[in-house]
Amino acid sequence: MTLAARSLSIPGRLSDVSLTLDPGTVTAIVGPNGAGKSTLLAALAGLIPGAVSLGPDALRTLPPRLRAQRIGYLPQSGDVAWNVSVRTLVGLGRLPHDAGVQADAAAIAAALHQLDLETLADRPVARLSGGERARALLARVLAGQPDWVLADEPLAALDLAHQQALLARFRALAGEGRGVVLVLHDLALAMNHADRVVVLHEGRLAAQGAPADVLTPDLIARVWGVAARWLGEPGVQALALP
Amino acid sequence: MTRPVLVLSALLLIALPLSLLAGQVWIDPFGPPVRNAVPILMELRAPRAVLALLVGGGLGASGAAMQGYLRNPLADPGLFGVAPMAALGAVLSFYTGYAVQPYALPAFALVGGALAMALLALIAGRTAGLALFTLAGMMIASLAGALTSLAISLSPNPFALSEIVTWLMGALADRGWSDVAIAAPFTLAGLAILSRTGRGLDALTLGEEAARSLGVDPVRLQWLMVAGVGALVGAGVAVAGIIGFVGLIVPHLVRPFTDHRPSALLLPSALAGALLLLLADCLCRVVPLPGGELRLGIALSLGGAPFFLHLLLRLRRDVA
Repeated sequence: MTLAARSLSIPGRLSDVSLTLDPGTVTAIVGPNGAGKSTLLAALAGLIPGAVSLGPDALRTLPPRLRAQRIGYLPQSGDVAWNVSVRTLVGLGRLPHDAGVQADAAAIAAALHQLDLETLADRPVARLSGGERARALLARVLAGQPDWVLADEPLAALDLAHQQALLARFRALAGEGRGVVLVLHDLALAMNHADRVVVLHEGRLAAQGAPADVLTPDLIARVWGVAARWLGEPGVQALALP
Repeated sequence: MTRPVLVLSALLLIALPLSLLAGQVWIDPFGPPVRNAVPILMELRAPRAVLALLVGGGLGASGAAMQGYLRNPLADPGLFGVAPMAALGAVLSFYTGYAVQPYALPAFALVGGALAMALLALIAGRTAGLALFTLAGMMIASLAGALTSLAISLSPNPFALSEIVTWLMGALADRGWSDVAIAAPFTLAGLAILSRTGRGLDALTLGEEAARSLGVDPVRLQWLMVAGVGALVGAGVAVAGIIGFVGLIVPHLVRPFTDHRPSALLLPSALAGALLLLLADCLCRVVPLPGGELRLGIALSLGGAPFFLHLLLRLRRDVA
């Protein structure tokens, strides 16, 4: 089911953004600070009312629980208020469902397995490293078995190796036919790992399409005000800054 | 049923009959007959024990719910301002002299508690975040505190003054079945309402935004909290005065025995609160004090303050 925005406008933050996202792909939302990236992601997740539709349904007409079953959202803040175990944390992803204890346990086990968390399942979250915590929080989203996974800067607090590992998980999710939408700051990660890039600038859609077509030095200069060029070859490109 | 629930239920079943035997007159079921044993048990101690269960259960459950709702282990049911407003209502009943009428005092207290909830609704509105909501509650609490002090300072005669001050200390002494009849329906309704908050409180573990993404309606949760905590705290203050620290301490005592999920804490906290108040009230009855018995509110604050200090020191150590 596609996730689409039609002339989405949110006063003071977004104006006239239209896009259609397909399942099975990884989409990166990029843009300078304050461009409206998180606002767009929250609107796509149905957390801010706006002209967004999931398949044939307008998101705002879906009951919140049903919406939550289909769209998993990973907020930027990774805070967990209580020192629950990893298994309990992942289990919170089942809250929108009424599938019964057995289905819940199976989904939790699958999510733990998918992110290699089985050996950490009973560890309290306060005793996880940054990378383990990021995996546990993503596993929480996956336990809900959503069609769409929307994540706001999921890589921000991670070192290079953990960034790569998490990006591989997102790619695998897209391979299963889920839609993945990531807010990213690092243009090289967007260039190398996304199927599609959405560039926002001052609340408007500046460009969208395949990364190589969109993230040109011209566009980077126009939107970020930085003269930069790409080095390397497709798939492993790096951004050279002056 | 989880293990903490089973253990606490068993402890309550043991403590309840034993608590009836303790007091200024000890009743030994196997000893020689005690004069007036039946009226002492049925008219004095049984309603007192039932009130301890109701008020303690209500305070324990609302403390657990408040800590989950505000995502803060130092939150307390008093933060909504319901208890101080209910106390203000009760104080006004003394001030105006209506307290001598049957049911007037608890009615005034319940109206005060309801007024606090209405004020919260008015200030915080439908879309308020947690911060504004909490600040509104604290504002109501300090306003009620100031008005209570005003009523005390303007109190019409020394008898009213002494009544007000004694009542504010909180106690279950000299309460009867009529008080049970007032507290029971509100307490049961409040517990039923809070039992509906479990899913929302669990989701709030991940923050407000994530909770909404999990399908939680924050406005509905807010009003379930206000109605549930309001009914429980209002009923507690109406029959027992201000009893502090139970809502703060009990969830902390219970939390290590659960998986730390807020929803898993509600029922054990209700049971533990009931047990704590039942035992504390027994202690108040048997501690020999010249000039009457130890006031329950004072006893709990005396025990609660060091506990709170211990909590703060542990938090400081965790942060360091």
